[in-house]
Amino acid sequence: MLGAMLHEAWRAMGANRLRTLLTMLGMVIGVGAVVLMMAIGQGAQYAVAQTISSMGSNIFVVLSGYTSAGGVRSGSGNAPTLNVADANAIAELDGVDTVAPVHWGSVQMVYGPNNWNAWVQGTTPSYLDARSWPLADGAAFTDSDVRAATRVALIGRTVAQNLFGDESPVGKTFRIGQAPFVVLGVLAPKGQNLEGRDQDDLVVMPLTTAQRRVFGTPFQGSVRQILVKAASAEAMPAVEKSIEALLRQRHRLRDAADNDFTLRNLTAVADTAAETTRVMSLLLGAIASVSLLVGGIGIMNIMLVSVTERTREIGIRMAIGARERDILAQFLLEAIIISVIGCAIGLVLGVGGAALANQLAKMTVVVSGSSVLTAFAVAAGVGIFFGFYPAKKAARLDPIEALRYQ
Amino acid sequence: MAEAVIRIEALFKAYDTPAGPFPALKDVNLAILPGEFVAIMGPSGSGKSTFMNILGCLDRPSEGRYFLSGRNVAELGKDETAALRNRTIGFVFQGFNLLPRMTLADNVALPLVYSGIGHAERRERAQAMLDKVGLGSYADSLPSRISGGQQQRVAIARALTNRPSLILADEPTGNLDSHTSQEIMGVFRALNDEGITIVLITHENDIAAHAKRQVRFLDGRIVHDAPTQQHEAASC
Ligand SMILES: Nc1ncnc2c1ncn2[C@@H]1O[C@H](COP(=O)(O)OP(=O)(O)OP(=O)(O)O)[C@@H](O)[C@H]1O
Ligand SMILES: [Mg+2]
Repeated sequence: MLGAMLHEAWRAMGANRLRTLLTMLGMVIGVGAVVLMMAIGQGAQYAVAQTISSMGSNIFVVLSGYTSAGGVRSGSGNAPTLNVADANAIAELDGVDTVAPVHWGSVQMVYGPNNWNAWVQGTTPSYLDARSWPLADGAAFTDSDVRAATRVALIGRTVAQNLFGDESPVGKTFRIGQAPFVVLGVLAPKGQNLEGRDQDDLVVMPLTTAQRRVFGTPFQGSVRQILVKAASAEAMPAVEKSIEALLRQRHRLRDAADNDFTLRNLTAVADTAAETTRVMSLLLGAIASVSLLVGGIGIMNIMLVSVTERTREIGIRMAIGARERDILAQFLLEAIIISVIGCAIGLVLGVGGAALANQLAKMTVVVSGSSVLTAFAVAAGVGIFFGFYPAKKAARLDPIEALRYQ
Repeated sequence: MAEAVIRIEALFKAYDTPAGPFPALKDVNLAILPGEFVAIMGPSGSGKSTFMNILGCLDRPSEGRYFLSGRNVAELGKDETAALRNRTIGFVFQGFNLLPRMTLADNVALPLVYSGIGHAERRERAQAMLDKVGLGSYADSLPSRISGGQQQRVAIARALTNRPSLILADEPTGNLDSHTSQEIMGVFRALNDEGITIVLITHENDIAAHAKRQVRFLDGRIVHDAPTQQHEAASC
């Protein structure tokens, strides 16, 4: 029975090939758009998730400088308001896992004929821990390097590539000005951060080395920022309050005075970014779904025309014993076949389009099995939903009226 | 006496029209026994087709009772009347009503699709039926490739393919020339000789002469019901 019905559906579709193809095209475009948009949306979510996990979790950054509700008032290049002692005090607070004071600036580096300008972070070994940043090669510097202000450095992948090319950097010596620095290790690549800056274009060295031997700061022990990793996500609100209270007390700020530092919850920033991409990807999906809806309406339209055209045929079939459900099944099957074939083609085009977006526009795309399955289920659903009314209309025809129809 | 294939008691049929109900059949009573060959005659508009549609379970009477092989049709559901049309009744129409996109074999096999019979058996039985009406070699042709008389033979084959006990034909020769009409009537007579009950509508006396019994309608009533005169002469 099903074999005969499939055969008949095929024949009916073949009888009006162009019309069938155009109807299918509606589904092709709809499904293709949904698959492509879902791939791009999920890709964006994936990219943001990657970036966020590269940031390290449960992180605060305390920046040196006055702030008000309007933003940073005092430029952070002026007299730094944070120092190593602040960092040590924060480390004693409840719920704080790791603290890393950071002093930074940009420097010109030379290795043989190669020059490279990179961002230097002078910090303590706990920095890598706070940012969950493993080494790709070599070893990290230690607390004794910090105490002795030794000229050692860890470099990011971008620096390694630009300064050392194909050579292995570990153990090599590069120069900043006239001073030689030994590369202890290469950091594992992290890619871009949320602002789109290359996180691998950096040099990490002992805090004291940066302060005394690279930047020569006039303010002993001062740092530009302190990285704080809370023990857990739940601890973050409490930690935020206690850091603020502690620093205000240590900096002897009167009640009316503004903070002379800025406390930023990077996790909150990350959550906002994740939420933004989620909404964007939902929106893309919703817009694409509209074209799927239009495709479905196209199917309904054509099926209605087809029922009218084939009224007499329906009458004949009823006269020789077709039940209502036979007629219903016949037209429903046709609608489902059109939408499922359209869906398959749309799927191929959508995945192809996603691959193209990835190749040409360097977009991160994710085509998940679930989105493919969803597309198929939706297409079959569209076929049933939009095919049902015309099929029901056909099945409900009065056989005599149908037979008399010219 | 054998049980009647068709028994109609006090049957009325009124159509709803904008001008109010229009009585197309008024107090019709009729019994048809197995193996009969009945010609229904009467002027245009006398209610013949209306009557035939009720016989064929395509339409329902407004009043009165209709027993088909002893079963009260009014008590049957839609699927059951569909099954009757599929297995018990074979229809032959004036306009042949073959499905134009299907081969003759597929047309003839169509009733078997709705009986849930498998592909191989459908094909075999359709071929046998086409052979029976002398068109076995056209099995894979489309209806548009053969003449009207041939199309009507195929339609008869289709009506027969599910081995019905009753054939209903509404002016089956209405679109055919007189020579072809006689040929088609020959097919009906052969079927009747095999024991199949046949009821057909016609306007023409020489067509009706092939039947064994003639029923005449006028204004929705049966006004004449008698065996065909000189039945033997007409058959020669
Ligand atoms: N669907 C309908 N609605 C209203 N009136 C109808 C309908 N069908 C038939 N009639 C009327 O019922 C009467 C009987 O019609 P019917 O078709 O049974 O006649 P008939 O004897 O078959 O005529 P013909 O020889 O022309 O085929 C006619 O007056 C016709 O106008
Ligand atoms: Mg008529």
